[in-house]
Amino acid sequence: MIITKAKPEEELNEMLKPYEKLFVVGCGTCSTSCMTGGEEQVAEMVKKLGDRAIGSAVVEDPCDLRIARKELKEFKAKVQGADAVLVMSCGAGVQTVGDYSKKIVLPALDTLFIGQTERLGKFHDVCKACGECILDETGGVCPVTRCAKGLLNGPCGGQVKGKCEVGKYENDCAWVLIYDRLKEQGRPELFELFRPPRDNSKKVLTQHHVF
Amino acid sequence: MTNRPAYSQLVKDLRSGKFVLTGELEPEKVTSLDEIIISAKAMKPYVVAANVTDNPLAFAYMNSLVPSWVIQKEVGLEAVYQMTIRDRNRLAIVSDVLAASYLGIKNILAISGDHTVLGDNRGALSVYDLDSAQFVYLLHKMIDEGVDLAGNEIHGKVGINVGIAANPNADPLMPEVLKIGRKTKIGADFIQTQTMFDIDKTKTFLKEVEKYNCPVLVGVFPLKSFGIADFFDKNIPGVKVPPELLASMAKAKEEPDKERRSALYDEVNLEFFVPFIKEIRKTTKASGIHIMAVLYERIFGPLLENF
Repeated sequence: MIITKAKPEEELNEMLKPYEKLFVVGCGTCSTSCMTGGEEQVAEMVKKLGDRAIGSAVVEDPCDLRIARKELKEFKAKVQGADAVLVMSCGAGVQTVGDYSKKIVLPALDTLFIGQTERLGKFHDVCKACGECILDETGGVCPVTRCAKGLLNGPCGGQVKGKCEVGKYENDCAWVLIYDRLKEQGRPELFELFRPPRDNSKKVLTQHHVF
Repeated sequence: MTNRPAYSQLVKDLRSGKFVLTGELEPEKVTSLDEIIISAKAMKPYVVAANVTDNPLAFAYMNSLVPSWVIQKEVGLEAVYQMTIRDRNRLAIVSDVLAASYLGIKNILAISGDHTVLGDNRGALSVYDLDSAQFVYLLHKMIDEGVDLAGNEIHGKVGINVGIAANPNADPLMPEVLKIGRKTKIGADFIQTQTMFDIDKTKTFLKEVEKYNCPVLVGVFPLKSFGIADFFDKNIPGVKVPPELLASMAKAKEEPDKERRSALYDEVNLEFFVPFIKEIRKTTKASGIHIMAVLYERIFGPLLENF
């Protein structure tokens, strides 16, 4: 799931300042689960904006161009009549609504990461969408994401009792997790593998995926 | 240990079986190298080479290549040019290694570097295009095969020996040990450790890495003042200054007379480090000591008096 959080109030107000008439779009998928852009949060936003909100809609998947187009169809006049569209979704949703409507789009949220949900309101960054998954070799723990340095051959010297120097020793050292997991799984030899440098060109050249 | 030739005096000495001493110099946020030259001159009689740190703790300081070159040229003290991959992608590394090669640098310590969020420009992007093992691999390619990571040919010879860092304080220790194993297999000529105060941890580590057959220089950090001791205790990952040593430093700090206070600090350090170093030399297979007495060069003489 794409994890988002609401922009700080002050930052949001500053961003909205130049616009009088706003149409608010929510997200029925990830942002609903994150409680950042579901029905409830959209209603709150509309209430907060008062007369400035000329309409709103929660789109099931605002990041899907087809669904955004289909579900916003009935609001076309309002969307087009607005000075800007305030989108309460991840960056993919904001851009899709912008591509569809060609309107000025404003992000109400900050997109944080591809996350794991531990419980409602508690999410963890677990995937950087790096394009070269090696979870088979690392005991199902991603060092690219969960190691603060993204090392493929860790740990570095900054772990103490399995905790990382980045973040005041509150986060686990990914490489100690990997070591423990591989040992538990009876595959300790994988830890000793040297992983060669990544081909970063792959990621840069993967702006589209078509099949 | 690699089959690579010993390009540096440091590696020649290590391979000859001598008990080797190295020092450390830290260029700071300065535009002059006067202090570095003074320090380098002061430690030269005691050490075969001196590390020149590269933005330690992610503080933006003078590029370490220039002082590395200057101490070799002006002082005749061999440099261990420290390079972090925190601030460089593989292109920048190749550029710097080629430049170092031209300047006659014979040792590089290949390290990952403290994360930028711990430094003095916390908003900076950490590069980590490579990690330190991959950095060692790149150096191996450049030095032993004359190519970069993409296989592009280097015109001319890179004659440099490669050091890596280790943290014997790591807890758990085994992931650290296995990591050292990876790097020594790729092409490390020597290991320099993090600051050690705990003799048992030092011995355990040395035993664990013995199988990799790579010379280890154990890091010690004589404490110039209570402030430094306290900073180390609180800020360096896994490093705990023994409470009794910290207490002795605190006691010395109470001395109002500056000269007498300095003498007391020296006494405390000698009381702790002279037996520590002797014990390492006598009872372990360590190849030497890396003395990180930054701006505390006066301790070298008394520390190594009866060595």
